[in-house]
Amino acid sequence: MSSSTLTHSAEASASLSQRLVLAIGAGLLGALLVYFAGFSHIEAVHNAAHDTRHSAAFPCH
Amino acid sequence: MIKRIAQTAGFAGLAGALFLTLLQSFWVAPLILKGETFESAEPATEHVVAEHSHAAGAPAHEHEHSSEAWSPEDGWQRVLSTTGGNLVVAVGFALMLAGLYTLRAPGRTRDGLFWGLAGFATFCLAPSLGLPPELPGTAAADLQLRQYWWIGTATGTAVGLALMVFAHHWAVKIVGAVLLVIPHVIGAPQPEVHSSLAPEALEHQFIWASLITNALFWSALGLLSAWLYRRFAGSNAV
Repeated sequence: MSSSTLTHSAEASASLSQRLVLAIGAGLLGALLVYFAGFSHIEAVHNAAHDTRHSAAFPCH
Repeated sequence: MIKRIAQTAGFAGLAGALFLTLLQSFWVAPLILKGETFESAEPATEHVVAEHSHAAGAPAHEHEHSSEAWSPEDGWQRVLSTTGGNLVVAVGFALMLAGLYTLRAPGRTRDGLFWGLAGFATFCLAPSLGLPPELPGTAAADLQLRQYWWIGTATGTAVGLALMVFAHHWAVKIVGAVLLVIPHVIGAPQPEVHSSLAPEALEHQFIWASLITNALFWSALGLLSAWLYRRFAGSNAV
């Protein structure tokens, strides 16, 4: 079985609404992680991720 | 399906973060350190003080090394905490990509490159048009306002790109294009006076270093996540 057939059968096993919930959930969780490391105002987190923020062009100071 | 998303995001994020750390150590990190030498040479410059008085009650600028908050020591501590920061950000971005793949699975691994470049455009290029990557010690507008503009721009770009690529009706595509442009018409919050402690040449070099590093990181993250997502196709009871 080719991998594209596998992909399709896997997708068919989850309904559109299930996939939507998963996509939104994963997107929100991902955004939360990015926000925590890149945007949170907690001083220690800012200091730890300082170079990450500058490198990624997030507003830092 | 959840397992597939988690595996894709976890492994792609981990590898992407290590790749990003490696890239940064060549070009971006040395420039940040160089920028900081100008900052520490001139710690009491007015605009730095003015800018930081905005941070509601926050103790002080990080580079003044206030004793109140932990800060990594230069050297392995700093590299390690930057790697940690990169890891959290990369896994976050990879989670967004994997979530999108559940709606539109990449047919080929190289489709991931387009997803990665879209991520680069959304989270780096578009915000950089208004708020270019900055070395430490560059004058800037209020942090909160810039963060709002950044988040608004990234959201507008993401939705705009999606509409332009996936919508079938031309009118919806135009709405997408308008969403792309709006943040730049509104304009990013700018400082009253533009100034920078580091020489202009260094600032320009940093902008290029940051943009190229992020473009490579996003391309790698897109390709890796698409490849992994396809690989984990077999293992996914919901």
